[in-house]
Amino acid sequence: MLLTKEDIAKRIARELKDGYFVNLGIGIPTLVANYIPEGINVEIQSENGVLGMGPFPFEGEEDADLINAGKQTITTLPGAVFFDSAMSFGMIRGKHVDLTVLGAMEVAENGDIANWKIPGKMVKGMGGAMDLVASAENIIVAMMHVNKAGESKILKKCTLPLTGVGCVKKIVTELAVMEITPKGIKLLERAPGVSVDYIVSATEANLIIEGEIPEMQIN
Amino acid sequence: MINKTVKSVQEALQGIEDGMTLILGGFGLCGIPENSIAELVRKGTKQLTCISNNAGVDDFGLGLLLQKKQIKKMISSYVGENAEFERQMLSGELEVELIPQGTLAERCRVAQAGIPAFYTPAGYGTEVAIGKETREFNGKMYVMEQAFKADFAIVKAWKGDTAGNLIFKGTARNFNPVMAGAGNITIAEVEELVEAGTLDPNQIHIPGIFVQRIFQGEKYEKRIEKRTVREKK
Repeated sequence: MLLTKEDIAKRIARELKDGYFVNLGIGIPTLVANYIPEGINVEIQSENGVLGMGPFPFEGEEDADLINAGKQTITTLPGAVFFDSAMSFGMIRGKHVDLTVLGAMEVAENGDIANWKIPGKMVKGMGGAMDLVASAENIIVAMMHVNKAGESKILKKCTLPLTGVGCVKKIVTELAVMEITPKGIKLLERAPGVSVDYIVSATEANLIIEGEIPEMQIN
Repeated sequence: MINKTVKSVQEALQGIEDGMTLILGGFGLCGIPENSIAELVRKGTKQLTCISNNAGVDDFGLGLLLQKKQIKKMISSYVGENAEFERQMLSGELEVELIPQGTLAERCRVAQAGIPAFYTPAGYGTEVAIGKETREFNGKMYVMEQAFKADFAIVKAWKGDTAGNLIFKGTARNFNPVMAGAGNITIAEVEELVEAGTLDPNQIHIPGIFVQRIFQGEKYEKRIEKRTVREKK
């Protein structure tokens, strides 16, 4: 069974620990906020200058002065705080944010990540991605295992312009959970019903496979 | 008490000429100096270099200056919401420098604080670091980035007083506090301008020393770029 984007988010939510400050990127990472486990208290940081981000507002309660880094209208939770952009990236560079979850176009065996630019296409910019990946101790990439053309996004070496070097710690896709180690990418878990052989065939990078690979726990 | 008040946006923007470099506050369309941008469009000042996190949308924010081809160069971290921007960039009419968001913020902050340069890990090993000095500290590599130099900084605050002190609201704060004082002259437009002594000094976010001109703006549209809501249960 291939996992949905929601399933990927649910699996990543299991990585959250009580007391974590978390920065969630746009796309699948944003969904992680919907699956925070019971009894785990985390605060979500948005790099445009808010800590303690809450859910979207009810209709009619939107405030133009209250948005997230995806420019979406949001609310705040008790204990929330606003700050300027330099302080926000101070939190990120200073490693005060415990976990960063972001999407990627490519990840390499050595932890390199590419997620901001495709040569020949309109370049929108890196936003805060380069600051986040260069600084965070704990970076999880949430993405689909292969691109729309069916090609592996997990590579021996990135082909696209890099966002950061040697920074990714973990990858969660619809097929597998993988960890980037000094020796390469280690397969930790497989999606329910998906074989190790299938994951290997869908991955251009070499995978380190040691012993039995357990199925991912989603719920 | 030093009075920083100017009577109008026209007076506030005096001295902004063709070819100058401007730093402008805002994240997306949130906390942008709407009145000053409208006046720049009316004045028709051209060949501007604009340092701002984003470039607005087609018909609002800095997009209005792009429409009139008043911007020569944009220095931003993300410019994805603007079709006219894309057209001008791809045709080569518009010069674009994309830099990491935290680096953009810090290049403003150090300009404000009189620090010429700093080291950041952001962009090391990527094309952003090409041509820049790199250095190792405690086993990790960093890129040297320099303070911005700008003729004017234009910021937007929620409340301000005649001494130029500023208070921001919500995430409309964003880059504005670190841009105040990052240009040779800083212009602040505020939704509500009050007499000095009215604001509680404990609650002021940015001291008026960083602001040379302040005025109360009119008719803030405060457009929402992505309206997202949830259902009432």
